[in-house]
Amino acid sequence: MIHVRLPYHLQTLARISADIDLEVAGPVSPNTILNALEERFPMLRGTIRDHITKERRPLIRFFACAEDYSHLPPDTPLPEAIRSGAETFIILGAIAGG
Amino acid sequence: MSRIRVLVGTRKGAFILRSDAGRKKWEIDGPHFVGWEVYHMKGSPIDPDRLYASQSSAWFGQIIQRSNNGGRNWEQPGTPPGEPLTTPEGFPKGESNKFVYDASSATGKPLTTHQWYDGTQRPWEFKRVWHLEPSLTDPDTVYAGVEDAALFRTVDGGKTWQELAGLRGHGTGPKWQPGAGGMCLHTILFDPGNPRRIYTAISAAGAFRTDDAGLTWKPINRGLKSEYIPDPEAEVGHCVHRIAMHPARTNVLYMQKHWEVLRSDNAGDQWQNISGNLPSDFGFLVEVHAHEPETIYVVPIKSDFAHHPPEAKLRVYRSRTGGNEWEALTNGLPQEHCYVNVLRDAMAVDSLDECGVYFGTTGGQVYCSPDGGDHWTPIVRDLPSVVSVEVQTLR
Repeated sequence: MIHVRLPYHLQTLARISADIDLEVAGPVSPNTILNALEERFPMLRGTIRDHITKERRPLIRFFACAEDYSHLPPDTPLPEAIRSGAETFIILGAIAGG
Repeated sequence: MSRIRVLVGTRKGAFILRSDAGRKKWEIDGPHFVGWEVYHMKGSPIDPDRLYASQSSAWFGQIIQRSNNGGRNWEQPGTPPGEPLTTPEGFPKGESNKFVYDASSATGKPLTTHQWYDGTQRPWEFKRVWHLEPSLTDPDTVYAGVEDAALFRTVDGGKTWQELAGLRGHGTGPKWQPGAGGMCLHTILFDPGNPRRIYTAISAAGAFRTDDAGLTWKPINRGLKSEYIPDPEAEVGHCVHRIAMHPARTNVLYMQKHWEVLRSDNAGDQWQNISGNLPSDFGFLVEVHAHEPETIYVVPIKSDFAHHPPEAKLRVYRSRTGGNEWEALTNGLPQEHCYVNVLRDAMAVDSLDECGVYFGTTGGQVYCSPDGGDHWTPIVRDLPSVVSVEVQTLR
């Protein structure tokens, strides 16, 4: 089971108030996590990555095990700690503004 | 007994203000969609409890929300045809935020680039919905003006959206360019007597009209002069901030351009300057009285650099002569140290016998005048920065 944390704005949109546990089939990467996330919460489609191109929205960041995976290829395998559920895959909005 | 519902979009959520016809005691409901920008909300003219809202964020993109009970509850309407309305876990499905430009060969001339600030060409890129205009006849049909400028339509209550590509495709698109706020289609006006006629306005491209229900469009900018473009009288490139129309006299249009207030008496074919004695002809909005087609309102702003009222006095200006002769309306408005702005979608009127006028400011105030502008009272003072104000008169 993969633990995923959403930013506040997307928690309200998905009507959840805590981290999510997701079953992810096959290799665990940002892409496969997002596929599983959007399958379970279709209202999040388009909010984290583009509907068509699947490119990450510019102000979204992906953190795993204190590393930034935002700028790596989206199929990059994630660490064992994410795959085992020991650590949380964090989706968050980048700092912007004041 | 009539009631009033004011729909307020702000930089950090939406608010709904409700009152009886007296317009003195208000219920403040909100924030809805807290933390999200709500550029616009509007109700269906024939099903007033059906509301649509544009919720967006630079981080998370565009969401369309719909209410079937006057804003008490909201839902994302999108569900692909034939599929269940909810996921197995009971969550609503959503494709309602999917705005994809039409680049199909079937639409003829899909444009792929527009002018950028530096003069180079940039591809069209969807950013957000600025304005939602529900159909006059069908509560499930809504038009959306978006950034980068294009017109979309839903005919299934907001579940899916399709572009009316003829607007971008008529040939001048490479000359359109963003204003300071982005390249947005912000105004959509329907002609109640001619369902095939629609007006739109784009910053910074100009005003456009279709007479075949959106299939083809023509620029209607003759008479506009804009010193900030190489040819001040060009066919397109003008930063039109707002156009307005009285539903009983649809050949007469009023315009607040970047600089200058104008009117047209022939459906936009020719415009003339009506700025007259305004203290500044820069501004964002223009609105028409509900019962008097020659009574119009603007809020002058000092300049495009200083986005505040001239002399730091918040004044609505009213013309009862269709322009040129303007009177300042100040009763109840701050007349010193006022540095707020009033944006293009942030004024609306009700249709009670004594027409009410409403506007919101970037300082978070929403003002109401129940007597056509003679006296103003703040309904609320400290909302987030107000982007849009719409009013429903419920009978």
